[in-house]
Amino acid sequence: MLSAKLFNITTIFYMASTLAFFIYLAGRNQKVGLSGSVLAWIGFAIHTVATGLRWKESYDIGLGHAPLSNLYESVVFFAWSIVLIFGIIDAKYKYRVIGVFVMPFALLGMTWAQLYLPADINPLMPALQSNWLTYHVITCFLGYAAFAVACGVSIMYLIKVQSEEKATDAAGGILSLFPPTKVLDDLNYKAIMVGFPLLTLGIITGAAWANYAWGTYWSWDPKETWSLIVWFVYAAFLHARFTKGWVGRRAAWLSIIGFAATIFCYLGVNLLLSGLHSYGGL
Amino acid sequence: MSTNERSLVQQIWDFFCSLKLTISLLITLAITSIIGTIIPQFPNIDERYWATISATKRALYEKLGFFDMYHSWWFLALLALFTINLIACSIKRLPHVFKFVSEPATTLSEMQQKIFPSRDFKLASSLEESKDRLAAFLGAEFAKPVITKVDHQYHLFAQKNPWCRLGVYVVHFSIVVIFVGAIIGNLFGYKGFVAIVEGETINAIQARSGKTIPLGFEVRCDQFTVTFYDAPGGGPSGMPKEFKSILTLTENGKEIPDYKHVRLVVNEPLTYKGITFYQSSYGPASDPTAFFFSVTNRSSGASEQIALRPGAQTKLSDGRSASIVDLTDNPGEGLVATLRVTGSGEPQFFRVYKEQPSLDDLRGDRLIFTFTGTDAKMYTGLQVNKDPGVWVVWTGCIMMCLGLCIAFFMSHKRVWIVLSPGHARIFGNASKNQPAFQDEFEALAEKLHNQNI
Repeated sequence: MLSAKLFNITTIFYMASTLAFFIYLAGRNQKVGLSGSVLAWIGFAIHTVATGLRWKESYDIGLGHAPLSNLYESVVFFAWSIVLIFGIIDAKYKYRVIGVFVMPFALLGMTWAQLYLPADINPLMPALQSNWLTYHVITCFLGYAAFAVACGVSIMYLIKVQSEEKATDAAGGILSLFPPTKVLDDLNYKAIMVGFPLLTLGIITGAAWANYAWGTYWSWDPKETWSLIVWFVYAAFLHARFTKGWVGRRAAWLSIIGFAATIFCYLGVNLLLSGLHSYGGL
Repeated sequence: MSTNERSLVQQIWDFFCSLKLTISLLITLAITSIIGTIIPQFPNIDERYWATISATKRALYEKLGFFDMYHSWWFLALLALFTINLIACSIKRLPHVFKFVSEPATTLSEMQQKIFPSRDFKLASSLEESKDRLAAFLGAEFAKPVITKVDHQYHLFAQKNPWCRLGVYVVHFSIVVIFVGAIIGNLFGYKGFVAIVEGETINAIQARSGKTIPLGFEVRCDQFTVTFYDAPGGGPSGMPKEFKSILTLTENGKEIPDYKHVRLVVNEPLTYKGITFYQSSYGPASDPTAFFFSVTNRSSGASEQIALRPGAQTKLSDGRSASIVDLTDNPGEGLVATLRVTGSGEPQFFRVYKEQPSLDDLRGDRLIFTFTGTDAKMYTGLQVNKDPGVWVVWTGCIMMCLGLCIAFFMSHKRVWIVLSPGHARIFGNASKNQPAFQDEFEALAEKLHNQNI
């Protein structure tokens, strides 16, 4: 299948982009930084085409469904969403160095999917045959991707704050590329401000779909519960911003914990726990 | 009321209003919710699970309500506290915000003049004339201003989206609405299950609580069918593509318009009188006693329908007789019948595949057999729900989405122009996204600067 080859090429571009960002971090050469972004964008374009092609290929073999139905397809879409959100932030705020902390997430996803996950296009079981599948998966994963970016930015924030407090000039070379802590804090907040409504919408579309398919909008299934846990953590983050003693470091940690919970909600639940989302497992 | 009492009441009130309580509750809810995803929850507990934990552990977990933790008293208490906190916070802050929105500060205090971004410019005309021109300018470029005279100054005030400050309260309120919807569903609704054998009629269902609930009408299953995806090598795979019930609803035996022979499949529920049916499972209800075949004469093309029963012979049109000797149902093959046809010569044995109707043609016999079906009955398993609160829940969900969009992506923008004889100063403030507003404000000030006022 052509789409599979294109996904491989995408992975190579993301790898090159990540590499370029690391070289940029070490050498501070603007051109290298720009090439990192350009490579990410080309990879993203190929990624988009490959996803469309896989969709078409599923029709060619008579199954006909959006490429969002198993673990492989979701990991690939997750990587796509991360690069999309990173691309928007890169274009808008021009802090290229964020790529160092965000592109590895996309690269990791693509590599795992391409090397270890079964890439067959499978038929859909009756419960999955619904338009809600597309709405639910797209909103959830765009939300997850925004949280991934927020997590990357939070890690940068913690590193930067740490070095500023120690006031060591030794690390100053690399860290001078980092945006000011105020900007990082703001970007973290902005990313979560995008992710939180998307996650909310993802949970709601999931509930609506569950109600159509099974007659219950909420059944405390592990997947549902974990999505709510993620929601609680980011709700706490949003309120922390208005509370003395919770801004800055603690907020950054909440963002990182939130992303860890997101990853568990996405992968941990499917791979370690049982429940209604079992088709997302290996 | 003594001061001590008041301070106690005040302290309790402050406790319920505090954001620290909100954050603690959110984190506590997040952490405790994990328990129910690790420990199996009622009613989905496998009997074998009990052997894996000790008796003391089981007793402890039972006491703590861990086997149905999302309905345990302490988890519900946490949710109740969360709701009280939510409402208390809103009661405390809403009047203030409401006043801020409905009675905006149309004049600027000295303090505000110092902290808000601003820009100075000269006035070319008289104070009165400039005031009118500036009012027209603001009306055209931003929003219609309110003009207030303070001593020898004019204060022009204009604002956009003041109500977006209420967005966050819409979100808070939506959570309460969702809870109310869930409570309505729990009090006045039920969830149940019913299995109907093909051709049979039911008028009551079994609720999860074990109670039998009369529906007030009857449901007949006319037919149930299940289709499978083709396996990669041809033939059906074990994976169902669709399972479908054909139902007819009647009330006191009388047919209901639009509810005759209606289709029910997964993801397309059927609702009548507030009761919704969901296709959820299926299975065999009886073993087959008769097997139906269509037999076509190769030369004449005439075909007849025959029924074969185990242990009995059935006469064929050419004088021979047929009987069924074996039946298998394997994934990838589907139903396969082994037939014996006896005539004057040696008896013939051959297999007929239900899923491959044209295959028997290749045998070359003068009669071609097609396996059309059996009289085995299936049952359809239906989830049956009544939830009068579901629309309240969806209303809450929509409110939450709208509220979040308003709270996160809209900003209350305010612009003031303070005019004194000879010169004026423009001020701006936004409730959110300062950098974006800064650009907008600069553009507005620049435009103003280029005008002759």
